[in-house]
Amino acid sequence: MTENKPIIGIVDYGVGNLGSVRNMYRRIGIHAEIVDTPAAMRGCAKLILPGVGSFDRAMERLETSGLREPLDEMALHRKAPVLGICLGMQMLTRGSEEGERPGLGYIAAEARRFPRNLGLKVPHMGWNLVRASTPSPLTAGFEDETRFYFVHSYFVTVDRPEVSMIKCTYGIEFDAGIASGNVYGAQFHPEKSHRFGREFFAAFGAL
Amino acid sequence: MLRTRVIPCLLVRDGSLVKTRQFGRFEYVGDPANTCRIFNECEVDELAIVDILASVEGRGPDYRMLEEVAEECFMPVAYGGGIATVDQAEKVLRLGMEKIIVGTAAHRQPGLLGGIAGAFGSQCVVAALDVRRVGHERYACFARSGSDNTGVDPVSWARKVEELGAGEILLTSIDREGTWSGFDIELVRSVSEAVTIPVIAHGGAGTLSDLSEAAKTGGASAVALGNMVVFQKKDMGVLVNFPEHPLLEAALGH
Repeated sequence: MTENKPIIGIVDYGVGNLGSVRNMYRRIGIHAEIVDTPAAMRGCAKLILPGVGSFDRAMERLETSGLREPLDEMALHRKAPVLGICLGMQMLTRGSEEGERPGLGYIAAEARRFPRNLGLKVPHMGWNLVRASTPSPLTAGFEDETRFYFVHSYFVTVDRPEVSMIKCTYGIEFDAGIASGNVYGAQFHPEKSHRFGREFFAAFGAL
Repeated sequence: MLRTRVIPCLLVRDGSLVKTRQFGRFEYVGDPANTCRIFNECEVDELAIVDILASVEGRGPDYRMLEEVAEECFMPVAYGGGIATVDQAEKVLRLGMEKIIVGTAAHRQPGLLGGIAGAFGSQCVVAALDVRRVGHERYACFARSGSDNTGVDPVSWARKVEELGAGEILLTSIDREGTWSGFDIELVRSVSEAVTIPVIAHGGAGTLSDLSEAAKTGGASAVALGNMVVFQKKDMGVLVNFPEHPLLEAALGH
C-alpha cells in the first residue's frame, strides 16, 4: 500500500452503521477507514459522519468522544470534504426539533418533525425518488428514476435555496441532500441504496 | 409517495438457506452469501434473514455467516433468530445489518424490544409475530419457530410490541407460509389497523396481485416473499428471482 495515501475516514463516535459504509467503499475500490481518534481523523483527506438514533444523544456522543474538535477543524479550517449521512446530515445543521442541543451549524438549515396531520406513516421508511435541486458533482450522475433508501422521522429544510442539493417528497417536499462549500449531507443511506448509492459515494470519493 | 416495500425473506437452517411450508417440510435453496449476492444484483428493496433453528436450539446468531452476507448486501437487511440480548443486537448491527427481528425472546422478556430501541432507535427493531389460526376466527402468536403456543392474540400483541418500542412488525401467517395461496388478508388488516407502525405481511404470496391485495386491502406497508423469489413456479425447481421493477410499480404503485 502507498504511504500517506489520502483516504476517506468514517468517523466512529459510537453511533451509526459504519460497517456498511466501509463495505460499499470497498466494493467501489476506494480506500475508506473507520477512524476514532483526532489524529486518525486529521490524517484523512475526507470525512464521513454517519448517525442513527436520537439527535441529542448523537451530538453528546460526538462531543464526549473528543472528535467534535477535529471535525470542526477539518470542515471549517482545512476545508476537507465532509459528508453527513442520515442523522449525520441533520447534525450539520444548526439544530433539530427532536432535541435541545445545538447542531454543528456548518449549513444554514434545520431539522423538523414530519407533520402528523398528513396521514403518513412516520418514519419515512423505504425507497423514494429524488431530484437534484442545485447542480453538484454529487448529483451529476442522477437519472430520471434515481431512488434512495430513507429511514427518518425528522426532515431538513434549508434557509436558502442554494444550500439545497437534493429534493424529495413525502407528503411535503423536503431537502434530502444539502451542500455548502466543502460540507455535504445526505438524508438517505447511500450505503444501502444499490447502484444509486454506489455512484453517489463514488462521486464523493472523486471530489 | 413510497411504493410498498417488497422483501425477500430467507430462512437459514444449519448454515443453508431452506424454504419451508407451514414452518415444516424443509427444502434446500442454496448458500446464504451466494443467494444474497443474486438478490443484491436484482436490486431488491430490502432483505430479511431468519435463522429458524437459533431460538429452538437456544443459541445466538451465526455472526460469521452474517458477516459474509453483509458484504454482499447493499440494501437494508433485517436479521432474526436467537437475539435475546442488546449486546447480540449491537453485534449484528455493527456487522452492517439495519434491523433486528425479535420474536421468541420478546414473549419471554418484553423489555428487550425497548432495550434495543433505546440504544439504537426503534427504526431498527422489528417484532416478529408468527401467527396460527387456533379456532374459528381465533388466532394466537407462536414462539420458537411455531412450536410454542403463547396463547396471545396477535392484535393485542401487536399493540403491545408497538408500545414496547418496536418500529415495525413482521407478521407471518404460519398457515399460509409456503402455500402460494395468498396472504391471510383478514389477519393482515386486523393487525395493520391496530397499530401505527409499518406492518410487513408475510406468508402465502403467490402472485403479484396477492402483493397488491396485502397493501391495498390489508393495509400492509411492506410484503415479504418466500416461495415467489426462490422457486421458478409452484411445484418447480429452485430459481432465485425477483419481479422486475416496472411489474412491481404496476402492481403496487399509487
